[in-house]
Amino acid sequence: MSAQAAAQPAGSMQTEARPLTYADDAIRLFTIATVLWAFIGMAAGVFIAAQLAFPWLNFHEWINFGRFRPVHTSGVILGFGGNALLATSYYVVQRTCQTRLFGPNWFHILQFWLFQVVLLSAAGSYVLGFTQSKEYAEPEWIFDILITVWWVSYLVVYVGTLVKRKEPHIYVANWFFLSYIVAVAMLHTVNNISIPISLFSMHSYTVYSGVQSAMIQWWYGHNMVGFFLTAGFIGIMYYFVPKQAERPIYSYRLSIVHFWALIFLYIWAGPHHLHYTALPDWAQTLGVVFSVMLWMPSWGGMVNGIMTLSGAWHKLRTDPIMRFLVVAVAFYGMSTFEGPLMSIKEVNALSHYTDWTVGHVHSGALGWVAFVAFGAVYYLVPRLWRRTMHSVALIEVHFWLASIGILLYITAMWVSGITQGLMWRTYDENGFLLYTFSDTVAMLHPYYVTRFLGGVLYIAGVVVMMYNLYRTITGPIIARTSTPLGSAPKAGLTPAE
Amino acid sequence: MFNHGIIEKSTPLMLLLILLSLGIGGMVQIIPLFKVESTIEPVSGVRPYSPLELIGRNIYMREGCYNCHSQQVRPFRDEVDRYGHYSLAAEGVYDYPFLWGSKRTGPDLARVGGKYSNEWHAAHLRNPQAVLPESIMPDYAFLERPLDYDDIELHLRTLRFIGVPYDDADIEAARDDIIAQAQPDTGDSTALRERYADAPLGPFTGHTEGVNEMDALIAYLQVLGTMVDFTTFDPETMLQGQEVGR
Repeated sequence: MSAQAAAQPAGSMQTEARPLTYADDAIRLFTIATVLWAFIGMAAGVFIAAQLAFPWLNFHEWINFGRFRPVHTSGVILGFGGNALLATSYYVVQRTCQTRLFGPNWFHILQFWLFQVVLLSAAGSYVLGFTQSKEYAEPEWIFDILITVWWVSYLVVYVGTLVKRKEPHIYVANWFFLSYIVAVAMLHTVNNISIPISLFSMHSYTVYSGVQSAMIQWWYGHNMVGFFLTAGFIGIMYYFVPKQAERPIYSYRLSIVHFWALIFLYIWAGPHHLHYTALPDWAQTLGVVFSVMLWMPSWGGMVNGIMTLSGAWHKLRTDPIMRFLVVAVAFYGMSTFEGPLMSIKEVNALSHYTDWTVGHVHSGALGWVAFVAFGAVYYLVPRLWRRTMHSVALIEVHFWLASIGILLYITAMWVSGITQGLMWRTYDENGFLLYTFSDTVAMLHPYYVTRFLGGVLYIAGVVVMMYNLYRTITGPIIARTSTPLGSAPKAGLTPAE
Repeated sequence: MFNHGIIEKSTPLMLLLILLSLGIGGMVQIIPLFKVESTIEPVSGVRPYSPLELIGRNIYMREGCYNCHSQQVRPFRDEVDRYGHYSLAAEGVYDYPFLWGSKRTGPDLARVGGKYSNEWHAAHLRNPQAVLPESIMPDYAFLERPLDYDDIELHLRTLRFIGVPYDDADIEAARDDIIAQAQPDTGDSTALRERYADAPLGPFTGHTEGVNEMDALIAYLQVLGTMVDFTTFDPETMLQGQEVGR
C-alpha cells in the first residue's frame, strides 16, 4: 500500500490558484497505522475484558491481566490516538497554514517508523515484565528518553510549519494542537525523571516517592487525558467538523474563551484522582474546584462543535461521517459533565476504585476520542489516496455497531460500579459489614460478560472500517478529490472561520 | 477591547502564553508538597524495605498487581473496618514510586501484612480459586522459580542516591539478608532484624532451600502496612491530610 501511495504525487488538495504541494506521504502512513493500532489496542482491551469475566484466560505470565492491561492502554492511547493525532495535526497544519510541512519528506517518514518501533517495543517490554508501574507512563527509562527526543522532533516540525505559514492568522485547530504538543512534552519529562540502576539494565527508580510521586503521576495522568485525548482531539474537531459540515465554526469568540480557559484549568484537576488519600486536603480541594470549573470550557467546546452544524442539521441523517463527528462531540459533552460530577468528593467516595471510573473513561475514549478519529479517518482516506469511498453503507454499519457497543459497555459499568461501591459500604443490623469482598466480585460477573460483548461489537465495527478502507485504497483512482458521498468539495483550503 | 489577533498572528507569543497557562497549576500543586513537614506526619516505625521485600515489591510491580489492587485505605468507617487504619503519608516515604492504585478489582492491600499466614499467601498465589472460589485473580504458580538477585547492590545504591538511607553495611549484607529473611533457619535473622525492624520471616512458600520469586513477593505482602504501630498511634492528634507537622 505504501508503494502505491508513494507513486501518488504528494498533496491531494491543491487549488488552481496556488500550485502548492503538501507533504502527505507520512500522513498516509500515520493514517494506516491509526486503523491498525485501533484494532491492536482494542483487541487487547476485549481480551482483558474477557479475562475479568473468565479468569482462566490468564494462562501465561506474558498475557496475565496485570502485564497485558498496559498493552491495551498504550495501544489505544499512544498507538491509535497518537497516530490519529499525528496524521491529523500534520494534515491540518499544512492546509490551514497553506504551506508545506517543515522539514524534508524523508524525515517525516523516519518519524513515522521510529514512532511505531518505540510503540511496539514498549508494548513488548510490558509483557516481558518491564514497567515503571505508573499508569499510562509504564515505559521504562530507555523508552522515555527515546519518546522525549522523538517528541521534540515533532514539536520542531509542527512549530516550524506554523512559523513559515502563508496565512496571517494561526487557525484555532492549531492552538489546540500546539498546546497538546507542549503539554505532553512537559508532563512526560517531569513525570518520568528516574535513575536506571545501571546503563545496561532496563530497571530504574523514579526520583519521587509516596505522596509527591502520587501527585506528580496524577498531574501527568489526568493531563494526558486533558491534553493528549482532549485538547489534541478538539484540534481535530475544529478542522474536520466545519469541513465535513461545510459550515463556519459557530463562534470565534467562544473558541478563544474556551481554549484559554480549558488549558489553564485542566492542569489543576489531577488531585481528584487522589481524594481521601494521604495527599494534603488543600490539594484535594483545589482538584475539586478546578474540576468543576472545567465543566464550562469543556461545554464551550461542545457547543462550538455541535452548533457548527447550524443550517446543516440534515447532514446528520444523510452523512454517517458527520454523524461520527457530531455524536463524538455529544459524548464529549456527556463525559465532561460526568467527570466534574465524579470529582466532587462525596460522589468520588462512592465511585472511586469501582467500574464507574472505567465506564467514565470509556465513554470518553470510545465515544469521544475514537469517534472523532473515525470521522477524521473516513474524511482523510478518500482525499489522501484520491479514491471514492468504497461503501457509505458500511460506514453506517460501523457507526451502529460502535454505538450499541458503547451503550452496552458504559451501562454495564455504571451498574456494576455503583452496585459494588454500595455493597462495600453496607452494614447489617448488628453493625457488621454485610458483604465480603468476594461477594462483591461474584456479583460482577454478568456485567463483565456484558462489557465484553460491548467490546466485541465495538471492535467488529473497527473490522468493518478496516475492510471498507482497504477496498477504498485499492479501488480505482479518481481524477479529482470528491467527498465520500460523491459531492464535489468546496475549493477553499482554510476551514470556514 | 482586547484584540486576540495579536496572539493569533505570532507563533512565539502563542507558545509563550500556552507555556504560562500550563505551568502555573502544576507548580502551585506540586512544589509545596516537597515542603515535607506539612505533607508528611511525624510517625515512627517507617523503615526502608529489606532487600527481599524490595525485590518482592519489584515483582509486585512487574506483574502489574497495582492494576487491580489499591494500597490506600480511605478514612471511611467501612474501609477502616474492612482493611484497617487509614493510610498515612508517612507510610509511603520509601515507596519509589507510590503504588496506591486506582481500581479495586481485588481488595486493598495497604494493610494486608500479617493478616494471613505465609502458607495462606503461598496457596492463594498458586491457585487463588482454590482458596477463594469467587476470585478472578490469575494464578501466580510460575513465581516459584529461583529469584535472581545478582544486581541487588545496584538497586540499593540507586535508591541511596535518590535518598533512601541504606548505609554501606546494609548494601554489603544485602545478599545475606535475603537468605536470612527467606530461610531464617540457615541465615542470621537477628542481624537482619537489627537493620530492618520486625522484618517478616520465612519460610514463605514451604521450600527449605534456595529463594524463589514467590518468597520475595510474600515477604513484601507481609510487611505492607505493618511498619507503623497503631496501638500507640493517636489519631486524635492528627486529622487525615491536614497539617500535622506542628
